[in-house]
Order: sequence, then C-alpha cells, then structure tokens
Amino acid sequence: MVQIEQDILGKNDQYAGANRSWFQAQGILALNLVSSPGSGKTSLLTRSIQDLKDRYPLAVIEGDQQTSHDADRIRATGVPALQINTGKGCHLDAHMIGHAIESLPLAPRSLLFIENVGNLVCPAAFDLGEAHKVAILSVTEGEDKPLKYPDMFHAADLMLLNKIDLLPYLDFDVEQCIGYARRVNPSIQVLQVSARSGEGLEAWYAWLGERMAG
Amino acid sequence: MHEMSICEGILQVLETTARQQGFTHVRTVWVEIGPLAGVEVEALRFCFDAVMRGSLAEAARLEIIETPGEGVCLQCGATVPVRQRYDPCPACDGYGVRLTRGEEMRIKELEVE
Repeated sequence: MVQIEQDILGKNDQYAGANRSWFQAQGILALNLVSSPGSGKTSLLTRSIQDLKDRYPLAVIEGDQQTSHDADRIRATGVPALQINTGKGCHLDAHMIGHAIESLPLAPRSLLFIENVGNLVCPAAFDLGEAHKVAILSVTEGEDKPLKYPDMFHAADLMLLNKIDLLPYLDFDVEQCIGYARRVNPSIQVLQVSARSGEGLEAWYAWLGERMAG
Repeated sequence: MHEMSICEGILQVLETTARQQGFTHVRTVWVEIGPLAGVEVEALRFCFDAVMRGSLAEAARLEIIETPGEGVCLQCGATVPVRQRYDPCPACDGYGVRLTRGEEMRIKELEVE
C-alpha cells in the first residue's frame, strides 16, 4: 500500500503556478475569457482590441477545437494572436498556455486575453495561471445559465452580460440573471455591454484599466 | 466534465509515483471525490478503464471515496452541509455559503506490486 495524497489536477496547478509567476514578473495581466459558444466572445474581443490597442500592448491566445478562424480575426486587428487547437479536448490547460507564451511575442506590461474553448463546464476546473476569469454571457441565452453551470460563474470574478442592444426584442430578465449569478458567487461583478453598439464598454475598459495600473 | 483528462491526470501521478517509489504495477487506486468537484463518478469509471489500458495500471480497480460537502454561511455563520453549490443556507435561507469541503479531487492511496 502506498499513501500518496496527491491532487489529481496537481500537475496542471503546477504549470499554472509557473505561468502566474511569469506573468507577474513581466507585469502582464492575463485574463481567461470563458463562455458558451456563440456568446459573442470573439466579437467582444476584437472590438475591445480596436479600442484598447493604443493604450496597452495586447496579445491573444485563442482556444478552439478546430480552425484558426478566431486567431485570423484577431490578427486582422494587428495584434499578435496564437491559435491553440485542442482537437478532442474540451478546454485549455496550463501546459498549453506555457507553450503558447514561449512563441507569442509578449511585451512586458501587456494585457493578454486567453479566449478559452466555448464551453461552460470544463474550463472552470483548469487554472491557466490567469489573474481573473471573465465569464461572458449573452442575453440571447437563458437568464438561468449561472444556475445551470454554477462552477463557471463561481470561478469567475467578472461577468460581462453581452448583446444588451438586443434586450428590446427579448424577454431576458437582466435583474434575475444577475441575482442568479450572485447566488452562486456573491462577490461576482457584473457589467452590461454590447460589442455591437459599444454600450457599456467604457466600464469594461475601466475595469481593465484599474487592473493594468495595479 | 472532462473525466478523460482527469483519468490522464491520475495516470501521470501513478507513473511519477512508480518511478519515485519503484513499483511496476498498480492494482487499486483510491480516489477521493467531493460532491462539488464537478466529476461524474460513473463517467470517471468508464474513462478510467480506457485510459489505464496498456499502462502500469491496466485492469486496476478504482475505489471512490465520497466525501461530504460542507460550508460556512457568510450571513449567519453556521457550518452547514452543502449538496449543491448554489443551495441556500439551510439555517437562515441566505445565499453565500462558502465551501470548506467538497471540492476534493485527490488520489489517497494505491495498492501496488
């Protein structure tokens, strides 16, 4: 008999710890963006990049099962982007990020967006070494998503409620959605945004600005 | 979720421990899984057999130790059992129970030869 007492994801957590130390040493703010497919994550990201690229050095790591469509969309903005295809995998892990930052040109004091695979389940458990997880939920989804996928909303520090320009055409109850998110995570911050109309984006940029300064 | 990756994580730990401690076969693996770890035990068993095939733990038994979920209510201060992450506090009905136990995903013990 051998007693070992080892966390199963311990290996991932070690890699994540190494990534986190490296980001801190370089003054890089790394954010792990998580959402379901179709929440408008990439559109929000390209819009944010357009608006922020004169303020900070930016870089993006894109995770998808297949294709480099998203990284292509990001590169079209002139910002360095690296695509990770997870193949059969349903999430990014810290080891993949460790490799990605070896080949991505990352200036000190950059803002690094890591766009995780569109999946509200698995990425919750895999620390990548990010400073914060940001969950993006769009108003075309159900307001009860935070209750249905509590692990993810529990792990996130910020929820961006996207596509709010569509609210007049929907029965989405914003207050109820925020209430559900706070049930699983009482300290979650929520910002209402529209990548399309630009509404609410200044608050998101201010949130980023505070963390870039800190 | 990702039970396949979890089994691959288990295999990595087994291989590393085998090198450190000099055993070549694993017969039984005891794993502690909390109710809030987000692991579906049946899916884990299914993936375990597939991932261990051809490894030092081929045909090993997987024993699951289920632990209770427990938390402290931030509103009333009571220590309470937790079955699901978003359940209200059974003592005061408030939301905001901070988990203290139940997210474990840990290998506890191995039977080796």
